[in-house]
Amino acid sequence: MAIEDDVLVIGGGIAGATAALAAAERDARVRLVTYKQSTLRHASGLIDILGYTPAGDGPLIDPFDALEDLPEGHPYERVGAETVRDALSFFDDVAGDAYAGEHTDANALVPTHGGTVKPTARYPASTAAGLASDPRDALLVGFETLPDFEAPLAAAHLEAAGAPFETRGVTLSFPGIVRDDAKVTRYAHLLDQDETVETAAGTTTAREALAERVRSQLDDEPRVGFPAVLGDERADEVRADLADAIGVDVFEVPMGPPSLPGMRLEDLLYDALEAAGVAVTSGVPVIDYETNGDADRIDRVVVDRHGAEIPHRADQYVLATGGLVGKGVRSERDRVFEPIFDCHVSHAEDRYDWFVDDVFGDQPYARFGLAPDRELRPLDATDDPEFANLRAAGAVLGGYDFAAEKSGAGVSLATGYAAGRRAGEECGD
Amino acid sequence: MSDAEQPTDDHVPGDDEFEPIQVFPQAEDMDLRPGADNCYKCSTCDTNCPVAEVDDEFPGPKFQGPEQWRLKRQDDHDIDDSVMKCSNCMRCDSACPSEVPLSQMHNTARGEYVDEQMSTISREYLRNRMLANYRKLAPLAATFPRTANFVMGLSATKWMGEKLLGITSEREFPDFATETFREWWTKRGGAQVESEEKRIAYFHGCYSNYNTPEVAKALVRVYEHFGYEIMVPEQSCSGTPMFANGMLDDARRAAETNVRELGAAIADGADIVASCSSCSMSLRQEYPELFDFAGTETVAENTWDAVEFLRVHEDLEGALEGTSVEDSNFAYHAPCHSRNQGLDGQTIEIMDRIDGVEAEDVGDSCSGISGTYGWKAEKYETSMKIGEEMFDHMEDADAETGLTECPTCSMQMEHGTGYEITHTLEVLEDALVGARSE
Repeated sequence: MAIEDDVLVIGGGIAGATAALAAAERDARVRLVTYKQSTLRHASGLIDILGYTPAGDGPLIDPFDALEDLPEGHPYERVGAETVRDALSFFDDVAGDAYAGEHTDANALVPTHGGTVKPTARYPASTAAGLASDPRDALLVGFETLPDFEAPLAAAHLEAAGAPFETRGVTLSFPGIVRDDAKVTRYAHLLDQDETVETAAGTTTAREALAERVRSQLDDEPRVGFPAVLGDERADEVRADLADAIGVDVFEVPMGPPSLPGMRLEDLLYDALEAAGVAVTSGVPVIDYETNGDADRIDRVVVDRHGAEIPHRADQYVLATGGLVGKGVRSERDRVFEPIFDCHVSHAEDRYDWFVDDVFGDQPYARFGLAPDRELRPLDATDDPEFANLRAAGAVLGGYDFAAEKSGAGVSLATGYAAGRRAGEECGD
Repeated sequence: MSDAEQPTDDHVPGDDEFEPIQVFPQAEDMDLRPGADNCYKCSTCDTNCPVAEVDDEFPGPKFQGPEQWRLKRQDDHDIDDSVMKCSNCMRCDSACPSEVPLSQMHNTARGEYVDEQMSTISREYLRNRMLANYRKLAPLAATFPRTANFVMGLSATKWMGEKLLGITSEREFPDFATETFREWWTKRGGAQVESEEKRIAYFHGCYSNYNTPEVAKALVRVYEHFGYEIMVPEQSCSGTPMFANGMLDDARRAAETNVRELGAAIADGADIVASCSSCSMSLRQEYPELFDFAGTETVAENTWDAVEFLRVHEDLEGALEGTSVEDSNFAYHAPCHSRNQGLDGQTIEIMDRIDGVEAEDVGDSCSGISGTYGWKAEKYETSMKIGEEMFDHMEDADAETGLTECPTCSMQMEHGTGYEITHTLEVLEDALVGARSE
């Protein structure tokens, strides 16, 4: 017997989770299979739609304005601007109070740990008080043992970038952390559990000790920004407690990987999957598939569990395994390929044509991925769908450069939503 | 240590053609290198490490694996003693987006540390060796279970355990059953069902033999309900506590016995099933990673989790439709070693099929005990700090009974909350065969 479901989603990032949720909304029995942990832990947790056009213009004030002009084959062009809007409001329902930004079409500008500002459509509630469009002065607090966020430098960058307020940065020691390379989860856990720490003034709790240190540095700034390590399980409570104790608004500055806002977004999506009754199988790869006579349709896929091959059958499949980083698209010396279904990936014959010398230039490899039809079915070399019941979503798709456009989360959301909804509808037929 | 096959590249079709040039000399004893170069330092493993989350002193899995390998390239570097703080939960494996075989590297490094840097007359070594080889002491205790339980429960025994051996006095030693599973099995005359087609060999492991034979009996009744002939081959410890303590020679001896006996059962037409997730993890992943004697791969490929086997080979969910059980609210904790095998959602899915059963997943944190880890006096506090999140979630859950597939997780769940803990197979037995009987 195989493990049987209506819709099987392969991949556990934003695209996969959204596809599974959208399919479950159509009353389908849905399973999500994910191998390694998703690269969401590398993600900022910001939900961007489009910050810059493919030609590099921006930052864009209204991403929806620009969606109409995207080139043919861009994932947004494939699904259409209306679906992008639907997907975003679908996300708003899932995220609830945890995210902000739905009051406007315009991009918000969120300061990052390097002191740049990122145009984004939705942002975690924890970053809300830090927006660069807010005219209030800000104090940025960094920690000696957390070199990824150099607060004085970030503050100087923000000023240089023309933020409409004064920013000052200070570097403090984090109460209770001794080790130079303590993990970000260690900081978060200390605050989550409000552990007891020793300070010069005696024994106190981690939150109180941190607030005390910041209070003494404050120079009338009405808001304070910290690197994004303020709690994991109880992040809202930690932030509220700190704001109370310091007496000003508190916000988080998104950090590079590994990223707690990315982990919290992952938790939020997986809680929603559990609530929606989606079965989740993680830690095991899908390695192969079988068709059942009809070469056009996938009958089952094979999940490898340390040597044992477990068949999983569904009516509809969604492939959301990620791009080159997530390894949904892979490369060897002479080819670029999609490893599970071997769907067609278009690329130059000569691998020296896969990249250009300018690191920040228009890199061809950044656009490697599957080319889908408007229903998101991957197309083969002759532009026919590879399979009638396979759709693809997220970074496994080609035709866009999410790093340059700042469109990663938005494309995953929109294509995941479109693929999942369609899969859910079709299995009812 | 081993030149066994390295699982460094996952199932990529057509990989075989490219022959890399051998730059490094062939390792003779210990080589952390395979897979180290796949590490691109994203630190995701560190954020999944339950020890690093609560212990400021622990440098984390990225250091223990790929970075330590780089240090080792300089001959004068010893293995860092922090490797003994790793609890072998193996979460870093599924965290890694880049196929670095982290837990294999940790097992190898721990092995070298114990072999070369730990004095074999130190208290720590003796204590670890004793904990790792619990299987050796258990038969004696099981011969006089009431005496053993009485003695182990004495406060004087605990005090001596802590002072002399560094075994925490905070915990209650698990009771030894008055009749082991194997004794029961022999007494009942072995298998009650014979079948040419449907045959399994049960790897019961130590704990369900000596301490919780009710779990093993539940497996027998559930499998016989589905018409399986059950074999109970000779077996040794799975080796998990030995890997976790760097006692690789002990583990190798145990593995040799298991591979030989289980291999023979496979030749007789049986699949191997295990009721403990650390045992199945060991047979399926750690053996092929660490050992290369004949048959290791065959045993790995034919070993199953007991519930998973039924899901794939029988209509388990169909069979459960319309059944019910006495106790119906559970707080479920997925053990790390189930999680790593893709089995963490399974129990919840199965429980959903039984009428009136509510099984609530208490979240993805590690329980913190990690086998012998939480028994060590110096690790006890870390172990409880890791478990705190799970205890909180269990207290919040609308249940008085805990549910898990790992014997040591269940000790920790009970220790932290006072809940009674049961095993998925016991609930299945209750649903399919009726209330437990002798």
